[in-house]
Amino acid sequence: MNRSGDDHGALMDLGHDTPQVPAKARNTSPIVPRGSIAGRALVAVVAIMTFLASITTGAVLLISASASEWQSEVASEITIQVRPVPGRDLERDTLAVAEAARAQPGIVEVRPYTKAESAALLEPWLGSGLSLDDLPVPRVIIAHVVPGTTLDVAALRGLVTQAVPSASVDDHRAWIERMRSMTSATVLAGIGILALVIMATIISVSFATRGAMAANRPIVVVLHFVGAGDRYIANRFFRHFLRLGLQGGVIGGGAAMLGFGFSESIAIWFSGTPVGDQFAALLGTFSLRPSGYLVLAAQAVLIAAITAGASRRTLFATLNDIE
Amino acid sequence: MVRFENVGLRYGLGPEILRDLSFQIPAHSFQFLTGPSGAGKTSLLRLLFLSLRPTRGLVTLFGHDISLLGKDEIADLRKRIGIVLQDFRLLDHMTTYENVALPFRVMGRDESSYRREVIDLLKWVGLGERMDALPPILSGGEKQRAAIARAVIARPHLLLADEPTGNVDPTLGRRLLRLFIELNKSGTAVIIATHDITLMDQYDARRMVLHQGRLHIYE
Repeated sequence: MNRSGDDHGALMDLGHDTPQVPAKARNTSPIVPRGSIAGRALVAVVAIMTFLASITTGAVLLISASASEWQSEVASEITIQVRPVPGRDLERDTLAVAEAARAQPGIVEVRPYTKAESAALLEPWLGSGLSLDDLPVPRVIIAHVVPGTTLDVAALRGLVTQAVPSASVDDHRAWIERMRSMTSATVLAGIGILALVIMATIISVSFATRGAMAANRPIVVVLHFVGAGDRYIANRFFRHFLRLGLQGGVIGGGAAMLGFGFSESIAIWFSGTPVGDQFAALLGTFSLRPSGYLVLAAQAVLIAAITAGASRRTLFATLNDIE
Repeated sequence: MVRFENVGLRYGLGPEILRDLSFQIPAHSFQFLTGPSGAGKTSLLRLLFLSLRPTRGLVTLFGHDISLLGKDEIADLRKRIGIVLQDFRLLDHMTTYENVALPFRVMGRDESSYRREVIDLLKWVGLGERMDALPPILSGGEKQRAAIARAVIARPHLLLADEPTGNVDPTLGRRLLRLFIELNKSGTAVIIATHDITLMDQYDARRMVLHQGRLHIYE
């Protein structure tokens, strides 16, 4: 059909004056209107999910970092106890054990607690004015291990018991094992919560996508009429959901990062107070490392990608049902 | 171009509403499809547009057995078919210009390559001053013309029109018929489903009459 020039004079008399070509006649509208997708609700859902996921991950990172600090501190110390035995001089035995420990390769410092220091250790339980001479209280020796080396505890135990049979060596292995178990449990719980959050995100996004497709069914039908394939139609919707997912991810992840940054400031303000000290003892400085913030950012992007992926999958499944 | 052999159609477990249809639509042909209300005209158009599958029989379109086609292949075939439905199916958030340009947009063509063509056609159907209007403010006749323009803009090989003059006055109806005749002369096979005897009397063309689910053809 030739639609140019004068060939169509017969069809140009439709009762209108010859119109001017309007300057505005352009494709400016998106094929899928933005307002037709329940965007705000979906952004809010993704933002909340990303926030919860980020708080969980951040908390796991903080606890893991603190636990590893505790572990390294505890692992770098050895405690030797010298129990009083009738007929033996406890002071002399303590010095002998300290000398024996110093001879062990890998020990960098040995510090026997004096009688007064031992009394101070027991003061919270037994009160002040305690006379250790009246009680069979063992003497404690703290030995520091060269960082990064593995101490031969069996050899040290042999040396120490050879010097004083009533001495014993504690390398805090039980504590370290408990710490490891606690950290692993925390990380596992964090992964579990993350999995739940991601599942909830996928379900929410799938519902939102189905809702959007139902609301836009007439558009899908018309696009089918003009020869659009499912891939073309899905891509039109997919862009919206990708953008909504990214918006939600940025809001939720950003809020969580701000929260962690703010909590660092709060920890600094409260440092020196009993509450602050308690928190510091439990969670260290309560500050995420830069790598922690990177993990949170990567997680926000991951949740946005999951949002887009879930939406894409639902789009194709829904399009199959629309002729 | 189109071949039906012993085609039957039923919805669900209901009675067969199209029975033993066997006919051909040759390329460059023009035909009216008529029959009483409920005779199955719209269903037959939907079969031709591949939005329904027959419950029995063989349908061949552009040389393809449609029972063997996947969704992507059907979408490709639909690019060669224009359809005008009774309810227009214009997108309310798009201007008249954008609605008519939609087939080109879906094809991925650059707007500069078809803008002039769309504007010319809109002027041609008397919508030159309504290009930037949204469908909700168009009259029934204007919507009808916009839907027709969208169906013909990509110069389909086959044009299916369901009561295309149902919402316009007789004068405009005649003008739209001339548009279809022009399109047919340029090589498009045209099938117009209509009740309008007056419209059919204006052009000497093959008549396909559906009655009680069966098709009678008058050359």
